[in-house]
Amino acid sequence: MSESKMRGKLIEGVTGSWEVVIGLEVHAQVLSNAKLFSGASAAYGGAPNSHVSLVDAGMPGMLPVINEYCVEQAVRTGLGLNAQINKVSVFDRKNYFYPDLPQGYQISQFKQPIVGEGVVVVDLPGGESVEVGIERLHLEQDAGKSLHDQDPNATFVDLNRSGVALMEIVSRPDMRSSEEAAAYLKKLRAIVRYLGTCDGNMDEGSMRADVNVSVRRPGAALGTRCEIKNVNSMRFVAQAIEYEARRQIDVLEGGGSIHQETRLFDNKAGVTRPMRSKEEAHDYRYFPDPDLLPLEFDDAFIARIKATLPELPDAKKARFVSAYGLSPYDAGVLVAEREIAAYFEAAAKGRDAKAVANWVTGDLFAALNRDGKPIGESPVSADALGEMVGLIGDGTISGRIAKDVFVIMYETGERPAKIVEERGLRQVTDTGAISAAVDEVIASNPAKVEELAKKPKLIGWFVGEVMKKTQGKANPQAVNEALKAKLGHLLGE
Amino acid sequence: MSDLMKMTLAEAREGLRARRFSSAELAAASAAEIAKARPLNAFIVETPEIAAAMAAASDARLARGEGGALEGIPLGIKDLFCTKGIQTTAGSHILEGFKPVYESTVTQKLWDAGAVMMGKLNLDEFAMGSSNETSYFGPAVNPWRRGNDDAKLVPGGSSGGSAAAVAAELCFGATGTDTGGSIRQPAAVTGIAGIKPTYGRCSRWGIVAFASSLDQAGPMARTVKDCAILLREMAGFDPKDSTSVDLAVPDFEAACNAGVKGLRIGVPKEYRIDGVPAEIDALWEQGIAWLKEAGAEIVEVSLPHTKYALPAYYIVAPAEASSNLARYDGVKYGLRVENDDLTRMYEQTRAAGFGREVQRRILIGTYVLSAGYYDAYYLKAQKVRTLIAGDFKAAFEKCDALLTPASPSPAFGIGEKTNDPISMYLNDVYTVTVNLAGLPGIAVPAGISKDGLPLGLQLIGRAFDEETLFSAGSVLERAAGFTGKPGRWWA
Repeated sequence: MSESKMRGKLIEGVTGSWEVVIGLEVHAQVLSNAKLFSGASAAYGGAPNSHVSLVDAGMPGMLPVINEYCVEQAVRTGLGLNAQINKVSVFDRKNYFYPDLPQGYQISQFKQPIVGEGVVVVDLPGGESVEVGIERLHLEQDAGKSLHDQDPNATFVDLNRSGVALMEIVSRPDMRSSEEAAAYLKKLRAIVRYLGTCDGNMDEGSMRADVNVSVRRPGAALGTRCEIKNVNSMRFVAQAIEYEARRQIDVLEGGGSIHQETRLFDNKAGVTRPMRSKEEAHDYRYFPDPDLLPLEFDDAFIARIKATLPELPDAKKARFVSAYGLSPYDAGVLVAEREIAAYFEAAAKGRDAKAVANWVTGDLFAALNRDGKPIGESPVSADALGEMVGLIGDGTISGRIAKDVFVIMYETGERPAKIVEERGLRQVTDTGAISAAVDEVIASNPAKVEELAKKPKLIGWFVGEVMKKTQGKANPQAVNEALKAKLGHLLGE
Repeated sequence: MSDLMKMTLAEAREGLRARRFSSAELAAASAAEIAKARPLNAFIVETPEIAAAMAAASDARLARGEGGALEGIPLGIKDLFCTKGIQTTAGSHILEGFKPVYESTVTQKLWDAGAVMMGKLNLDEFAMGSSNETSYFGPAVNPWRRGNDDAKLVPGGSSGGSAAAVAAELCFGATGTDTGGSIRQPAAVTGIAGIKPTYGRCSRWGIVAFASSLDQAGPMARTVKDCAILLREMAGFDPKDSTSVDLAVPDFEAACNAGVKGLRIGVPKEYRIDGVPAEIDALWEQGIAWLKEAGAEIVEVSLPHTKYALPAYYIVAPAEASSNLARYDGVKYGLRVENDDLTRMYEQTRAAGFGREVQRRILIGTYVLSAGYYDAYYLKAQKVRTLIAGDFKAAFEKCDALLTPASPSPAFGIGEKTNDPISMYLNDVYTVTVNLAGLPGIAVPAGISKDGLPLGLQLIGRAFDEETLFSAGSVLERAAGFTGKPGRWWA
C-alpha cells in the first residue's frame, strides 16, 4: 500500500482533513485445558479461587513449567497469520506490584517473541480488502482479578485467571479507520477460531484489545499516539477510535499537542479518559526469567503443526469463488465463520451453490439475526436447506413458494418435501389448468385487456391474478408463456 | 554427651543396619544435643516429636529388613526448604508463621530415603549473607572459638545454622543452599565438608528462591563421604524444575575411594589475592603438596576474568532477588502491616518484614534492572558470566579439577563486619565464580588457623563431575587428618 494512495475515510476538521492511524494489540486467550506454567484448569468461570495451583498463587519456592500445548497453539496461530516462527524465544519477567499479580511479576516475552512478522488480509464491507502487518505474537500469563464490589472496605482477589495463557498479537499501525480496525479484529477472530487456538469470545474476555490511535495530515509523518487499554468488544473498539480521533483533532486544531499516554474507554459515556499517571508510570524492569530455559524447537515441530492446519478463511474464500462460482463478496461473508462455511458446503453439496449461498446469506441470516441465534442453533439444517433448493431446482416448488416453505421449515424444523406434500404447495405445471386460469382472468377483465395494448407493463397484473387463482402454485414461467400465447398480439409480438 | 552423636553419618548408617542402636535412640540423642546447644541458635524450629515419629517408623522398616539409604538418620534442614506443615521462614520476619502445604523436592527425597527430620536451621535472611547475622531470628553461633577467647564467632553463611549444627554434632548432616558460597564458606569456617553440586543437579522446587540462576541445594556433613551419601539422595531430575537436568545420579560414595592418581589438578594463579592472610596461602600450598603426593599432576592455570566475578555476582544475584522477593507483599501470606492505601500497605509491610541487608539487595537489584541501567549493569554482568564460564572451560582442557582456598579468612567475630558490606561480600571471593559458571565445588576441612580455627580448601570440577570432587576431596581429607572438634562450651 503506497502512502500516497489514501484509503479509509478522512476526517474533516475545522482546518482541513485528517487521517487516523490505528494499531491494535490483541490479547487472545489460548484455548488450552491447563494454564501456561501450571497444571491448573484454565476454564472460564468456576467459584473464585477454585482453579489455582501453588504456582499460580505465587507460593514461596514454586517454579513455572511450560505447558507445551500452549506453545503449539502459539505456533499454530503464527502459521495462520503467515508469520515468521522463531525457533528460539525467551520468557522474560515483567515486574510490577498489584494484588492480583501474586508473583510480583508477569511472565511474558519481551525481546525474543515466539512469532515474528506476519500479515493478515482484511476484508472490508465494500468488498475491498487491505493488508494489515503483524509485528509479533508472544505468549504471556494473565493476571488474576481484583473484586472491588464484595465488601465495602476490602478488595478481594480471584486467582482463577492467574497464569492463564494469553497470546498478545501486535499489529503494525496499518489501519486507517474504525471500520478497518473492526474488520481486522473480526478477521483475526475468524482466523484463531478456524485454528482452534482461541475461542474469540469477547464477552468472557477471551479476546480484548489495546488500541493505539494517532492522527495526522494526509501524507504527513505519524502523529503522537495514545493507547486505549482493554477494550472488550468490536463495537467499543470502533467507538473508542471514533471518539479518540476526534478528540485528538480537536486538541491539535485548538493549537495543543498530543502527549503519549494510556487512556481507558468508558463505554457508558462513550469517551476515552486518561489513566491516572500513577497507574502508568511503570518501569517494568524486564529481564529473562531465570526459572525457564529459552524456548526451543525444531523445524520438524513446526512441520508437524503445519500439517494439522485447517483450511483458513482466505484459502476457503478463494475456493468458494472458483469451485462454486460465488462472488468474492458472498464467499467472504460465508467464510467469516468456520461454522457458516461448513453449513454452506454441506447445504450446497450436489445443489445449485449460488442459490444456496443466496438463501444462507439472505433468508437464513435474517432469521438467525432476528432471533440472535448462531448458525449452530439454526432450526433449518444444512441438509434441509439443500433439499429445499433442490425442490426449486427440479421445479417442485417455485422460488416464491420456497419463501413460505422456508418460514415453515424455520418455525417447525420439518423437512421441506414433507411441508410441500402436506400443505399441497407443489407447483402447478399442468398447462391445461394454467391455461384455464388464464382464460378465466381474461374473460372477467375485458377492460384491462383493452388497456394492455397501450400499457404493456400491465401484463404483470395479469400474472398476479393468475397466481392468485392458483394459490401461488402455478409455475410463473408457464403462466408467462400462456399469457403471451393468448395476449401476445396485443403487445405487438 | 552420648557417644552416638560423635559418629559420622556413614557409621550411624552401619550401626542402624546392624541394629547396634535404634533410630529412636539416635533421634533422642540428637534432640537432646539440640536442646543443650540452644546458645548456638542453630535451629529456628526444633521438631523432636516429628523426629521421634519418623524414627519409630524407620525402626519398624529396619526391623523388617527394609529401609532407604538414609533410614533412621537424623538431619537438620536449612529453613529455606519448604517443609509441609512446619514453619518455613527463610530467616525472615516477613515469612514468620508461614507453614507451607507442600514439601520441597529435595527434602521429600530425603524423607523417602528414610531420613529423620530434627528441625529447621538458622540462616541469613533469604540466604543473603556470609555470617548468618542477617537472620531475623538472631545470629547462629560458631561452635568454634579462638583459643581461650570466649568471643562469639560467626559460623559463616548463609547456611550458618546448618554448619553450626553439624560441627557441634547436633545431627549427622544438614541441607544447605549455595548461591555464592553459602554451603562452602560456612563449611570451611566450621571445620566440616560441604558440596555445592552442579547447577541443575538438585531440584530447586520448594526452596525459597534467592537468585534462581545461581541457587543450588547441597549437603553439609562432617566428612566428604557423608556428603556423598547425602547428595546421592538429594540429587536427581525433577520435572517440576525446568532447570533441573535429566541425568543419572552416579554412586558418589564409590567415587570417594577412587584416589587422584593420574588426575591433573589445576591451580588458578588469579586466586592468589593480595591481603589474604598468609595462613590461607600456606594451607593452599599444603593442599597442593598433599594431592601431588597422592599421585596427582599439578598444573598452573589461568582464569583471567576472576576479578570481575564478585562485581558481576553482586549485580546478577540482587537483580534476580529483587524480582523473586516481590511476592512477599503482604497480600497472600506472611506478614501484613495493615493500611487503607495499597501502596502504603506494600511499603510498610516490606519495610517491617525485610531486614537491612535484604532491603539493600532489593534496592541494588531494582536499580540495575531499571530502564537505562539494564545494559550497563545486568547485561554486562551476564556477559562477564559468559566469560567466566569460558575461563573454566579453557582451564578444564588442561586439568580435571581446580584447587583453591574455600574462604579468605577463618571465622570472624559476630558484629565485626556487619557495618561493612563490602568486606562482608569479599567472603565469597573464592566461591562466587563457581556459581556464576554453574559448576560443582566442594569445601573440605584441611587445617587450623593460628588462632585455632578451622580452615578449608575448595575443589572445583567440571559440570556434572562431582565424582572427581569426591575422589580428590577424600584424598585431601585423609591427608589433612582433620580431627579437631570444638570445645563443648555451650553444653
